[in-house]
Amino acid sequence: MQISSRELKIIETSTELTFQDIMGSWKARWGINRMNYKVEPGLYSVGNPNSDSPVLVSANYKMSFDRLRKELKGIKAWILVLDTKGINVWCAAGKGTFGTQELVNRIAMVQLDKVVSHRTVILPQLGAPGISAHEVSKFSGYKVTYGPVQAKDLREFINSGMKATEEMRTVKSSAYERLVLTPVELVGTYKMSLMIFGILFLLNLLGFGPFGFVDFYAYMGALFVGCVLTPVLLPWIPGKAFTWKGWLVGFIWAVLVNVLNGWPSVPQYSLLRALGYLLILPSVSAFYAMNFTGCSTFTSFSGVLKEMRIAVPAIAISIALGIVLILVSSL
Amino acid sequence: MKNGYLNNVTTLKMTSEYCTGCGRCIEVCPHNVFVMKDKKSVIIDKDACMECGACVKNCAFNALEVKPGVGCAYAIIMGWLTGKEPSCDCSDSSGDCC
Repeated sequence: MQISSRELKIIETSTELTFQDIMGSWKARWGINRMNYKVEPGLYSVGNPNSDSPVLVSANYKMSFDRLRKELKGIKAWILVLDTKGINVWCAAGKGTFGTQELVNRIAMVQLDKVVSHRTVILPQLGAPGISAHEVSKFSGYKVTYGPVQAKDLREFINSGMKATEEMRTVKSSAYERLVLTPVELVGTYKMSLMIFGILFLLNLLGFGPFGFVDFYAYMGALFVGCVLTPVLLPWIPGKAFTWKGWLVGFIWAVLVNVLNGWPSVPQYSLLRALGYLLILPSVSAFYAMNFTGCSTFTSFSGVLKEMRIAVPAIAISIALGIVLILVSSL
Repeated sequence: MKNGYLNNVTTLKMTSEYCTGCGRCIEVCPHNVFVMKDKKSVIIDKDACMECGACVKNCAFNALEVKPGVGCAYAIIMGWLTGKEPSCDCSDSSGDCC
């Protein structure tokens, strides 16, 4: 009897990122080709590993994979890339594609037992919402060790005998880390912004039209406040709810817009119009700031739901009132 | 500077009798919600919980409970509009995702 054996497939990779890799990351941050930025799932080798070398598990979003391998200079390791449909570890874990079943299957598919002699796989800690460590052990025989949150701590983690400090285990979100997430937020709003411009243009055509350049930059400013400024300044803006923070900064913007337009000294610039801006612009900022909850690292579902139940109707009413005031003021 | 979110909202619950003190929840929690006290895990910073579900999924003894969900307004809006449970699956239709 002949037992057919599958060939081992190991892809060699490097710890150096090329110019193309860096450009690819940059493009993904701006939403270009972001949903199709993938590497092939499977087993990769870095730095000539042997049967004792650690196995690091990652997602097949290319940015995740690149972040991991660039931290492995001088380390011999295996990288087991799961098929997460090109989504990063944290989001894929939430969806379950970075999950127990995929991990167990992938371990079998790459025949990990023929490659390493030990029985441990190291997972990124942020993959934990998708993985049941005890079930992985039960079904695959591999023990799961959760590594640090950030790949940059991996070297220290490995060198200290697979021990992560409390620091390494904590998710942080610095102003810079929030800043790099804002382009994709901005890009994501273009459809809605174009729709709004379209409606204003139509109203102009129909002769209700007081809308002009001021409205354009007032809106763009409110958008910028909600999508970029509020996220970056997040912990320094008083309050807790994202919508409140966005509203507050948006309110300052609205006051600024009114003052820039000469209110109250210019008589054509009516009180109604000024009030209209005060009702609309902060609400626009609040709405876009609210959407940043999905990019943040510390908001809970229950919390976001709670703030939305109050904020969404309030935003809708406020914007509607503001539009009425501006239309009335232009009669 | 520390980021904090709304207090008294999380659905995280612990049944202390089931806890064996294995420490997995401490290992996986990204916000240091748990500490080990007298060989059992205890919740010390409940309001830091973001309901990711990592602790529940990795507790082999069913000592923990949470309604896991995405803390994402966009997902909740899509959930309201489509009548489905809010999830990160916004990518399928719009090409947008976290």
